[in-house]
Amino acid sequence: MKEPLDLTPLTQSIHDYLLSYLSPFWTTTVEWVIIGVLLIAFVALSVMGLVYIERKVAAFFQLRLGPNRVGKWGLLQTLADFLKLLMKEHITSKNADKFLFNLAPFIIVIASFLAIGAIPFALGLQAMDINIGLFYITAASSIGVLGILIGGWAGNNKYSLIGALRSGAQVVSYEISAVLSLLTIVVLSGSLQLSTIIESQSDGWWIFKGHLPVFIAFIMFLIAGTAETNRGPFDLAEAESELTAGFHTEYSGIKFAMFFLAEYVNLFIIAAVGATVFLGGWMPFHIGNWAAFNEVMNYIPPVIWFFFKVGFVIGLIMWFKWTFPRLRIDQLLVLEWKYLLPINLVNLIVVAFIAMMGWYF
Amino acid sequence: MIEEVETKDAIKTQEYFVNMGPQHPSTHGVLRLMLELDGEIIKKVTPHIGYIHRSIEKMSEKDSYRQIVHLTDRMDYLSNHMNNEAVCLLVENALEVEVSDRVKVIRTIMSELTRLSSHQLWWGVMGMDLGALTTFLYAFRDREMINDIFEETCGARLTVNYNVPGGVMFDIHPNFQQRVKDFIKSFKTKLPEYDDLLSNNVIFRQRTEGVGILSKEDAISYGVTGPTGRASGFSNDTRKHKPYSAYDRVEFKEILMDKGDTFSRYKARILEMWESVSIIEQLIDNIPEGDIQEPSVKQVIKLPKGEFYQSVETARGELGVYVVSDGQKSPYRLKFRSPGFSNLFVLDHMVRGYKIADLVAMMSTIDLVIPDIDR
Amino acid sequence: MDNESLKAKIAQWVPDAEFEETGTSKAQLLNAIITPDKLLEVAEKLRNEDGMKYDFMYCLTCVDFPEHFMMVYHLRSSETWNELVLKVKIEDKEKPEVETLCHIWRTAEYHEREVYDLFGVVFKNHPDLRRILLDEEWEGYPLRKDYADPVNMISL
Repeated sequence: MKEPLDLTPLTQSIHDYLLSYLSPFWTTTVEWVIIGVLLIAFVALSVMGLVYIERKVAAFFQLRLGPNRVGKWGLLQTLADFLKLLMKEHITSKNADKFLFNLAPFIIVIASFLAIGAIPFALGLQAMDINIGLFYITAASSIGVLGILIGGWAGNNKYSLIGALRSGAQVVSYEISAVLSLLTIVVLSGSLQLSTIIESQSDGWWIFKGHLPVFIAFIMFLIAGTAETNRGPFDLAEAESELTAGFHTEYSGIKFAMFFLAEYVNLFIIAAVGATVFLGGWMPFHIGNWAAFNEVMNYIPPVIWFFFKVGFVIGLIMWFKWTFPRLRIDQLLVLEWKYLLPINLVNLIVVAFIAMMGWYF
Repeated sequence: MIEEVETKDAIKTQEYFVNMGPQHPSTHGVLRLMLELDGEIIKKVTPHIGYIHRSIEKMSEKDSYRQIVHLTDRMDYLSNHMNNEAVCLLVENALEVEVSDRVKVIRTIMSELTRLSSHQLWWGVMGMDLGALTTFLYAFRDREMINDIFEETCGARLTVNYNVPGGVMFDIHPNFQQRVKDFIKSFKTKLPEYDDLLSNNVIFRQRTEGVGILSKEDAISYGVTGPTGRASGFSNDTRKHKPYSAYDRVEFKEILMDKGDTFSRYKARILEMWESVSIIEQLIDNIPEGDIQEPSVKQVIKLPKGEFYQSVETARGELGVYVVSDGQKSPYRLKFRSPGFSNLFVLDHMVRGYKIADLVAMMSTIDLVIPDIDR
Repeated sequence: MDNESLKAKIAQWVPDAEFEETGTSKAQLLNAIITPDKLLEVAEKLRNEDGMKYDFMYCLTCVDFPEHFMMVYHLRSSETWNELVLKVKIEDKEKPEVETLCHIWRTAEYHEREVYDLFGVVFKNHPDLRRILLDEEWEGYPLRKDYADPVNMISL
């Protein structure tokens, strides 16, 4: 039987090769550097890709063409924009708290990078497969709101401050829903380790195996995830028509680019977590014990499956953004505390019951 | 003024000012609103205007009546045609000349097209102000067709200057009727899309329903005209009450709402678009033959001595032109009663106690055009 | 209420009121010219008296005549669409003053500010009489006929 393409031998061989030349300490150090460089390169590329895709998707929804001048089909547009942002002047307003003002973008970017380290891109292609992977990702990505709060405060701009406070209230609230909806799968799979969660979906993804409650959890996760990344219709922290640019009003040049970068990395992380937990991550589309069908699916490499699913979730989130109007801050909090949270709690109990009785496929 | 508010936990909070504008995405031009905020809640709004004041009234005192028509385009640039019409009607009425039926019908069709294009732009911007960015381009898709019609007949897309005292500048383009019919046909299928995309959206409904209620009494007292006033039940449609051009020979409803909230103001404009479509449909097939310019109106127009007032219904409300003439070729005093000026200042009354996001929504439904306010 | 009975009514309130009819032969507007000291009283009656209810002030402006300022209030009843032009003749060209009407018609508050800004007519008891279109530091009142701005104005 054909198994999904396993990249563990590849990573293992690199590890062994390094070990044969270096001491274990230096091996680990070199591996860290390699992973760091790879992740940064990946993030830079994927964000540029995502921005391009976002603009094309937006254009599609808005009856436009989108970028189509720089490079073939406008593919280099984001690169050009990135270069422009790199070369722009750093403006720090006179009364800004300079230290915090410069610190904020870094906090945001670091939080995103921390989280991306635990994402399983394919079988054997995961920087760190820790046993509390899911917990780690949610914890790491929630540091980002500190950056928003600091950035909003330090710029000494009232728009920024309102945006930052909005964002604080919003992210803290929606974190609960996001985590609660993820917990349903933790209950079903019995583990916080991402590789185990994926392994548990080898006979079908949780969204299909777990009946309606998991589907509800997936919807909840999408809503909460969209809110956590501060994307429309929950983009109150930016709220262009109300607060001009919200918490990053005062930022320019590369510091602004870092906020921009973090936004898309967060989008990717949310989509990746959603895809991993609910849609089986790199796990090919399997149906129970249909061996033949499953084998055919295994011919498609896991990494393609992963990016296909992530792309699907990102597509959904982009669809929301370009269709819905923005909520108001009180409606946003009412939605979380009066609707999402109770539904999630009930849902979690139902799922726990299902898990206890073994009423899932 | 800023005062410290002591809460029960003895934590002091402070009200603060935020300057919204003159450069701000949702003030639609150079309007500055000084917000007095308690957290997100608005305590007071003080509009500061005049950033684009061009002293059109003073300039008019030196210009001939034919020249004044061209200045009016630059006031409410989205109701350009109606603005032109106001001055032209005033001059014609003062000279007591009657323009041909052809001119009347053409003017009415043009006015309604302008109203449609203005409401389309408003709809797109309204969605954008609420964070639904897609509406803007949907609106522009349809507005483009109207602009093309204008371009063909008037030679310009925005500042059309199509009316002249005594008629219109040129006859309509041979394609005009066909293109208008094509547009109406396509727009009637597109207008329900507006409802699908925005009006029936749950978030949009929540954002607008029951928010920013303006009572009928306040609407009258503040002089709020146009769809903004009609959404509060204030019947103020000049087209109905004091018909001009061909409005007395077409059937249309004056859209009156009773709630006066942001959603009513929104809905009033959407329904008004249907009415405009119906008016154009009634007229487009029967444009009578006739002169396009009344020959008795001379190049240099001298109004008789006296005072004249003419109002027309623009997309924003009642535009009045008040002229004091001393028999010379330029008016002794000319005053534009611009609808936006009166409508803007109801904002403070409406918005107190609501949040910043509501202010943006209300400002959208008042449909401000800043050059119209500043003149 | 037709123009004749309206005229009679106003003449009853203000015996020295002058009347004239303006506009075109088709659309005549009754103008009632009164003195500043009677304005508040007449305005309140026009707003509240049964059968008049001029509750909608659709235009407020001022005209700078050589000998006097003329405040022009265009009033309309929102129910019957009867219209009336109330005019106040301000003889004092040096220090024009008139009572504010913003407590009767709210829209007057801002129109009066505009008149103050451009004509320099001071409205007594106005809650917030500041310049509205021009800078706070602007000198002179541009819509007066004697206003001169040698830098920006081109006179023909």
